[in-house]
Amino acid sequence: MSADVESTTPAGRRPAARSAPRAEVPPLVVDGVTKTYRGRRREQVVAVDDVSLTIAPGAAVSLVGASGSGKSTIAKLITGLERPTSGSVRFGDVQVGKLSRGGLREYHHRVQMVFQDPYGALNPLHTVEYTLARPCVNFLGMSARDAKQRVDELLETVGLTPPEQFAPKLPHQLSGGQRQRVVIARALACEPSLIVADEPVSMLDVSLRAGVLTLLANLRLERGLSLLYITHDLLSARVVSDDILVLHHGRIVERGVTKDVLQHPQDDYTVQLINAIANPYAAPGSTTPSAGATKDH
Amino acid sequence: MTLLSARDLNVAYLPARGQRIWSVRDVDLDLAEGEFVGLVGESGCGKSTLGYALTRMLRPPARLESGRITFDGTDIATLSGEELRRQRRNGFALVLQSGMNALNPVRNVSHHFGDIMKAHAREGESSTASDLSERGAELLGKVELEPDVLERYPHELSGGMRQRVAIALALALEPRLIVFDEPTTALDVIVQRAVMQTIKDLQRQQKFTAVLISHDLGVVLEATQRVLVMYAGRIVEDQPSADLLTGPHHPYTEALLGCYADPRAEVVELNGIPGSPPDLSRPLEGCSYNPRCPLAEQVCLEVDPPLLPLGRGRAACHVRTREDARGAVTSNASAGPDPSEGGSHVR
Repeated sequence: MSADVESTTPAGRRPAARSAPRAEVPPLVVDGVTKTYRGRRREQVVAVDDVSLTIAPGAAVSLVGASGSGKSTIAKLITGLERPTSGSVRFGDVQVGKLSRGGLREYHHRVQMVFQDPYGALNPLHTVEYTLARPCVNFLGMSARDAKQRVDELLETVGLTPPEQFAPKLPHQLSGGQRQRVVIARALACEPSLIVADEPVSMLDVSLRAGVLTLLANLRLERGLSLLYITHDLLSARVVSDDILVLHHGRIVERGVTKDVLQHPQDDYTVQLINAIANPYAAPGSTTPSAGATKDH
Repeated sequence: MTLLSARDLNVAYLPARGQRIWSVRDVDLDLAEGEFVGLVGESGCGKSTLGYALTRMLRPPARLESGRITFDGTDIATLSGEELRRQRRNGFALVLQSGMNALNPVRNVSHHFGDIMKAHAREGESSTASDLSERGAELLGKVELEPDVLERYPHELSGGMRQRVAIALALALEPRLIVFDEPTTALDVIVQRAVMQTIKDLQRQQKFTAVLISHDLGVVLEATQRVLVMYAGRIVEDQPSADLLTGPHHPYTEALLGCYADPRAEVVELNGIPGSPPDLSRPLEGCSYNPRCPLAEQVCLEVDPPLLPLGRGRAACHVRTREDARGAVTSNASAGPDPSEGGSHVR
């Protein structure tokens, strides 16, 4: 994110049309995308194989799969951090894979990402206030004073109250759950219409996950955000999303309404994923089907 | 038969400046031979620190401030140097959290095995390279890895394989107690299940005593016979796994269970635990869980509850202990150590 855009026009101090329904929000369309990387021995590694998906405005879709299934690559393709080898990612008339630097910056105004590791995603030398004010100044052209007020609002939105207590803190003074809330607040700062959340709770304690997941689910409902939620945890996918896509070796092997897919999985791999969940309510004695026999190498 | 028993363990972290952080406080526990015990709690509750203390792996700034650890009749809390090293052979081992960080990135797997064998070789015993690779291959076999993994470097292995190597290393000295510190946390669900299965199988075959440290109560309940729940450095509940699931006594355990649900259920409700654990560098008043506890009463703000027999195990909760006493004919005689050992305060 460039830091040199200090309100180019003084008039750029607009009190942002917050939460107003944005009728013009287009769906995000991933159309037949394939992404291959060159492996170390120059062989082709297909990370994403002919994937198509659509995220309608206001929808919450989860993308589940084991590590190496291509989940994060899809996140990078959607946020423009990688370009597809073939196929296209479109957001309205924007061709995401063909954006220039400036175009990408404009695009990030509308599509933001929440990263997995709240420890790595925040600059340890900057206060929460600075971290949250930057996108307000850079994307929304706010003045320093407006940005400060906006920071307080953002902190309240993500449940870090009272804001004056959290704004001056440095990341190391916050717990993991609090940090992840700051990361979410930062993604919200420029009022995006789509948030891509890549395993946002996998680094957090089980006791803190519910709080962050509920926050994401509520934000989406209140603000009409669309959400792509990437995870290997089916329980959180159930809580957050309406629709689910199951990814295996770069291909989508099953898709549908989250509840239906979890209750009546059709694909073998989905069944495996469901059986692999450590679930205390599936009592120790009740033999878990043989999915456990899968080897990891 | 009791293999390890710990009494009044206190571990503090001594920062360069500032207050000591009391990470493990007044812990009493017994591990029976061949038992599989879980140790759960949120980050920072002291569960890993306790695991390190039990295997004598604490390093500065952490220090075992007080307490006795009796392993098979020997007090290992005070041992050092050569005597401690000798005890590790057929003694106690630790499998480190995330196998990736536990392995040296510039040494291949066989070098890791060599290190352990050499460091713990009996007097006058020397092993040739072929002995080492034979033994290494045998150990890798136990964790379901091929012998050719010996020649590989950590970066050439997947996360699950690295974790298996870490487990094989812990098996090298044929320990009677293995503490697994979050062995599957960094792995995805399917690999996690496979590694846990290996741990369970090994434990059953080799009959060592195992302690599984995890923040994931789901994983722990599936694998273990008994669960210790830690909060703010203390054990707050100790119950057979089956009982814990159906009738947790401590409100904290109850809250932890609320963080799980079956994703296939008709209605899925997921609860968290509001608030956060206390700062252990400051003196605590009353029960350490009281700021987050829905049952908290006046006494909970004033007196730290001792760990008393409750149900078939132990729990540290004023309210639940009183309810239980009122509920009268519960069989206190059935289990649990002498109540006077329970904690620092008695009401």
